[in-house]
Amino acid sequence: MVEPVVLLTDVSKSYGTTIVTDVLRALNFRLEVGEFAALIGPSGSGKSTLLNILGLLDRPTSGSVCIAGVETTTLDDAALTGLRGTTLGFVFQFHHLLSGLTAVENVMMPMLAAKGRRTRSMEQRALALLDRVGLRSLARSLPSQMSGGQQQRVAIARALVMGPPLVLADEPTGNLDTKTADGVFALMREFNVEQRVAFLMVTHDPRLAARCDRTIELVDGRIVADRKTTTAP
Amino acid sequence: MPISWFLALRFLREGRAQSALIVLGAAVGVAVMVFLSALIGGLQTSLVAQTLGTQAHIVVRPADELARPMLRATAATDVLARVERTAQRARSIDRWQHVLARLSHMPGVTAVSPVVAGPAIATRANATRAVLLIGAEAARFAAIYPIRRRMVSGGYDPSRTGCVIGRELAADLGVSVGDKLRLSTGGESSEMYTVEGVFDLGNREVNRRWLLVATRSAQSLLDLSGGVTSIELRVASVFEAESIAAAVRSSTGLVADSWMQSNAQLLVALRSQSSSSEVIQVFVILAVAMGIASVLVVSVAQKRREIGILRAMGTRRSTIVSVFLLQGAIVGVVGSLVGAGLGAGLGAVFAGVARNADGTPTFPFAISWALIGRSSLLALATGVLAAALPARSAARLDPAEAIRNG
Ligand SMILES: Nc1ncnc2c1ncn2[C@@H]1O[C@H](COP(=O)(O)OP(=O)(O)O)[C@@H](O)[C@H]1O
Ligand SMILES: [Mg+2]
Repeated sequence: MVEPVVLLTDVSKSYGTTIVTDVLRALNFRLEVGEFAALIGPSGSGKSTLLNILGLLDRPTSGSVCIAGVETTTLDDAALTGLRGTTLGFVFQFHHLLSGLTAVENVMMPMLAAKGRRTRSMEQRALALLDRVGLRSLARSLPSQMSGGQQQRVAIARALVMGPPLVLADEPTGNLDTKTADGVFALMREFNVEQRVAFLMVTHDPRLAARCDRTIELVDGRIVADRKTTTAP
Repeated sequence: MPISWFLALRFLREGRAQSALIVLGAAVGVAVMVFLSALIGGLQTSLVAQTLGTQAHIVVRPADELARPMLRATAATDVLARVERTAQRARSIDRWQHVLARLSHMPGVTAVSPVVAGPAIATRANATRAVLLIGAEAARFAAIYPIRRRMVSGGYDPSRTGCVIGRELAADLGVSVGDKLRLSTGGESSEMYTVEGVFDLGNREVNRRWLLVATRSAQSLLDLSGGVTSIELRVASVFEAESIAAAVRSSTGLVADSWMQSNAQLLVALRSQSSSSEVIQVFVILAVAMGIASVLVVSVAQKRREIGILRAMGTRRSTIVSVFLLQGAIVGVVGSLVGAGLGAGLGAVFAGVARNADGTPTFPFAISWALIGRSSLLALATGVLAAALPARSAARLDPAEAIRNG
């Protein structure tokens, strides 16, 4: 059997010591290779917290997090950083591109971080990806010279440049108009189908959720629904 | 290009205005340091050179004769005694050839000159002057004093009946090269000497007092046949003169006076000048460090989200630290290069404007690659140290927190 990209076992997260807030309560779920899942739920239900834990940016208070077959509970910061760089891609609502770097340099960053230095082949790969997301002509532009949709496409290219098995997207279309949002979603779906990259996408848009393979619903830190979408494309 | 260099340069480029400002701040600081050091260094060097132009680094001479009371106190009797110093007369150093050989082999000593010196009277027609008669071997003496480079007329290589005098003495006696004058040392005997050269050592007192003759002439005039009254030394490093003098004292048992002893006042002045300049420089460095640190602290705060995303993309903590340390280092180095140029330019202008009547700069300006190198290293270290705090806080940033609050 193929290892799932995500395997969560009894993951809980609480904040605070005197006044304890339980944000995630004993979550269990798995995400298979190449799956495209939507994570939905009301604001404050713990979606971002879950994504941060899956993204190895935060640690659970208890429980185990297995990413691409690696048990992460016992890893130190350096090991987590390395694993993050090679197996995970991130897309955020406010894209978080580096404002002083051009589009192509932004796309190259994960490769630079992994390798430690800049090489010529990195630029080739980054340019090819920009071409793939339709932004070849803006390769030398700064983020401030691009529209929101264009910036999000650059962020998607950046998330995929290392060829990770999993991309975590926190409201990637939350800041875009419907038409642009559809385009960005379609692009992620294409990568998902072509390269078998698994996606876990937080969204408030039921239309987009309906176009995912699976919908996981979080309320008050608990999974209240987890169903295969019947009308997946 | 390593990732840390790449990011450091991009961050600096992105915040051009801020970067330019801190580079300028560092540059002004380094310029002040270079200018101040060069000015004070030059001033001190010329002061010391001026002092040492008419003074041997070390003078070795026999111990003073002490007068002793003839009665000694015993348990039973007290003795009231008034001991007067004996009149000091010119005395020779015992076995001076032996001492000379020993001194010339001491480490740090670059030249030695045996000297026969004593008071004399110079007379020309009805003008009479008290002089200091100095007999020495010309080549050796000229290695101690820059006399041959300071000749106004004639040369310094006195024959048995020749003498070389200073400009003021020549004027006082109304003589010039080729003229004769009469020398006596108190007794009835006197000898005629021909003026063979006139010097100007840049010190009126010396120009008025010194009368240089051959060793044998001085020995005969001072009645010190075969003897010398002192041995003068030149050392490689002038500020080691006192420690070498101490070594001379302990190895020969003779009196050895260094220029540092006889110019204690000057040295205190130089030292306090140096330390006040150092205090100023410390404050300049502090100001530069605070400037660099504050700009980088602001930059870390502005870049919280970007640092978070960099960490999310697999950038190591150590890389983040390097990015900020490098920014400090780059600012420090670039600032110091600009500043060194600025300081040197300022010094050149200053030296060009303030000139003596003869065209030589009033303020000798000692700028050197060593000084520039030292300032640059200091600025580099300052930049790195100033960046340490912001770099640490950048590396400690919690990426989840930074991204969430973006
Ligand atoms: N660092 C924190 N300290 C305390 N509480 C936090 C922290 N981060 C998130 N929370 C709380 O956790 C809950 C879930 O937040 P979040 O995961 O951002 O929700 P969502 O993304 O679903 O809107 C919220 O109530 C929030 O206030
Ligand atoms: Mg959220």
